[in-house]
Amino acid sequence: MAQTNPGKDSQASEAKKLISLPTSRVRLIMKSSPDVSSINQDALFLTTKATELFVQHLALTSFNNGSGREANSLDYSDLAKTAEETDTFHFLTDILPKKILARDYLESLEQLQDEDTDF
Amino acid sequence: MAERPEDLNLPNAVITRIIKEALPDGVNVSKEARRAISQAASVFVLYATSCANNFAMKAKRKTLNAGDVLAAMEEMEFERFLEPLREALEVYKKDQKGRKEVSEQKRKDKEKKTDSENDKSREEEEEEEEQQRMEEEPEEEPEEEEEEVVEN
Repeated sequence: MAQTNPGKDSQASEAKKLISLPTSRVRLIMKSSPDVSSINQDALFLTTKATELFVQHLALTSFNNGSGREANSLDYSDLAKTAEETDTFHFLTDILPKKILARDYLESLEQLQDEDTDF
Repeated sequence: MAERPEDLNLPNAVITRIIKEALPDGVNVSKEARRAISQAASVFVLYATSCANNFAMKAKRKTLNAGDVLAAMEEMEFERFLEPLREALEVYKKDQKGRKEVSEQKRKDKEKKTDSENDKSREEEEEEEEQQRMEEEPEEEPEEEEEEVVEN
C-alpha cells in the first residue's frame, strides 16, 4: 500500500516503505472473522503494520528466551516455550503446542490410569 | 480455526524477511519455526480483528476504523505497538493525501485538454466517488500485492 512507485511524484519516492505484507491478504483474513462488515482503509493499514510488529516481537522474544540462543538458532520449541511462558503470547498456545516424545506421553497416560485405579 | 484452501496464510517470503530483519545477523531460523510464526501471525490478525470489531459494535458502527484497531492492541496488551503504529499511521495518511492530490491534479491537467464544460461535472462526480471509495473498503491496487515465492 505504501510501496513506492518510481516515476511518480518525487515526494512519494522519498517516503520509506511503511509495510511489506500485502494488505489484500490481511483483508482476506480479517473478512473471515464473523460479524465484520467493512474495514476502513486506515484500519487495514494499522492491522497490517501491527502484524509485522507482532512477527518481529514474537521472533525476537522467542529467540531471547529460547535455548537456541547459544546455537544462534531459532527453532519451533523456542516458540512453543514463549507461547506458554509469556502472557501476551498465551493466545498462541493452541497453535504452538509444546511437543513431547510419544514415549513420555504414554508414560504420563499410564500414570493417570494408575491414579484412577488408586482412587 | 478454519483451514481453507484459499490461503488465510501470509506470504512466506515476506514473513521470512521480517523475521530475519528482527533477529541478529546470522541466526538460523528453522523452516518449522518460520511456518509457525506465519500461522501465529494469521491468528494474530483474527484475534485483533475480533477485538477491534467488538469496539466498533459497542459504538454501533459497522465499519472498523483506526481507533478500533488501536484499542484492540491495548486490550491485547500490545501497548508497545501503539506508538510505532500511530507514527506509521501519520506517515501513511500524509502519503495517501499526497497521492490523492497528485492523481487529482493529473486528472485535471489531462481533462483540460478535452472539453472543459463536460469536465466540470464529471470531475465533481469522480471526486464524490473517490471520497466514497476512501471511506469504504479500499480498492486494492495491483502494485500492492506481493508476488508470493512458491515455497510450499
